[in-house]
This record gives sequence, C-alpha cells and structure tokens, in this order.
Amino acid sequence: MQFKYDLEGGNFSRAGHASSEVKKILKQLNVDARIIKRIVVALYEGEVNVVAHAHKGVVMVDIDEKRIYIRIEDEGPGIPDINLAMQEGFSTASASVREMGFGAGMGLPNIKKNTDQLNIESEVGKGTVLEMTTMISS
Amino acid sequence: MKVCDIKEKLNLTLFCGGLGLDRVVENGYVSDLLSDVMGNANEGDVWITLQTHKNIMAVASLKDIAAIILVKGLKPDEATMAHSEEEQIPILGTTMEAFELAGKLYKLLNS
Repeated sequence: MQFKYDLEGGNFSRAGHASSEVKKILKQLNVDARIIKRIVVALYEGEVNVVAHAHKGVVMVDIDEKRIYIRIEDEGPGIPDINLAMQEGFSTASASVREMGFGAGMGLPNIKKNTDQLNIESEVGKGTVLEMTTMISS
Repeated sequence: MKVCDIKEKLNLTLFCGGLGLDRVVENGYVSDLLSDVMGNANEGDVWITLQTHKNIMAVASLKDIAAIILVKGLKPDEATMAHSEEEQIPILGTTMEAFELAGKLYKLLNS
C-alpha cells in the first residue's frame, strides 16, 4: 500500500496532516497501538522539520504486512553536519519558529527514538532525504 | 476522572471541543515545547500550555491528549478552535499560571 503527501515550507497549519492520515490507516489495519504511537511521533517530527526548514517536500509511505517504510524528501538548505543535528538540543530554527514551541532540538532525536531504522542523507543547498522503517509485525 | 469533572472542580472556561468533555483523564503534562509533548506526553494526559496556535491541536490529536488547558487567560486562535471541535478534544482556559494550575490538577488527580 502506498501513499503520498505534499509538504509546504513555512505552512505550519498543514503540519501533522500526513501523520494524522497515516495514523488512521494504521488503525484500520489493526496495527498495535504502541507501534502506531511511535510511527506518528517520528512522522510528525519529520513533517515539522520540512515545514520549519525547507521550501517544499514530499512524504512517501509504503506499508506491507511486516513493516512501514516512510521516505521524507525535501528541497531545502540541507544539513551540513548530521551528527550535530542528531544531538538533543541542537537547532538551527528561526526565532519565530521557536516562539511557536518548535525548534527545541528534539525533532531528530525523537525520530531516532521512535523508528527501528533511520537513514538520513543530505546535500547542503539541495535538500534532505529521511528514510524511516518500523516493523509493524514480528 | 473526566474532563468535565476537572473543568468544574478547577473552575475552568470551556473554549471549544465540548463534545469531548467525557474523555477520561489519566494524568497531566506541562510543556510549551511541542516536540517535548510529542516525545513524552501520554494518551489521556491533560496538557497545560501557553501555546495557542493550531499546531497544539495536531499534537493533541496525534497523542490522544484528553484536553488542553491554556493558562494566564490566554485564548485559542480561531483555527485552533475549529480543529478542536473537529477532533472533539476540549480546550479549556484559566487565569492561573501553569505552576498553580499544575499543582491543583496534580492534587485533584491524586486525591
């Protein structure tokens, strides 16, 4: 099963739309509630990262019996130092984004904690690709 | 305890999401950082915050939060209220500061 959702940089009112849709789909598929919770946290953080930092992006979701694979691809500034970005508390978010309660440097750590497998590839000045895989049945 | 019981006992204002007043409250969480709530709040928590924009509803809905309480007399934005009605997650308000409200809520939930 495949789904695709578009993300728009700066449009915070749409952030969470993909997560909300995926949550509904996983519920319908009777996936364990604890696993749904983890996936939703990771996907929401991924959406917010694109909205807060990039120009635009796309979320691609692929679900089979065993696992859910989510790929978030954006056109944006990229991440110069991924290890640094993974550190809790590190953030490059703007003041206005921080005022909304985002940009606390918890996004990528939250994503890592809540996915079974995370892969990040980024090119400065071009964009970032985030791939997250989580097992939905053993 | 239900959201309506907390509303009554702590004398809170209901802004929106009244259809969710029967939601069961398990516990509470206080934070103004959305990622902190995403990462650490639990289903059935009442969330105490000063954030009023629409994204608090996205977080509340994704985390199955029982209700949001806005402190210091703050009011939710219009878009936030519309989303609250849709999700049937109440947004309540108080003139109390977070510290005082959290103390009272803690006492209420643990009495």
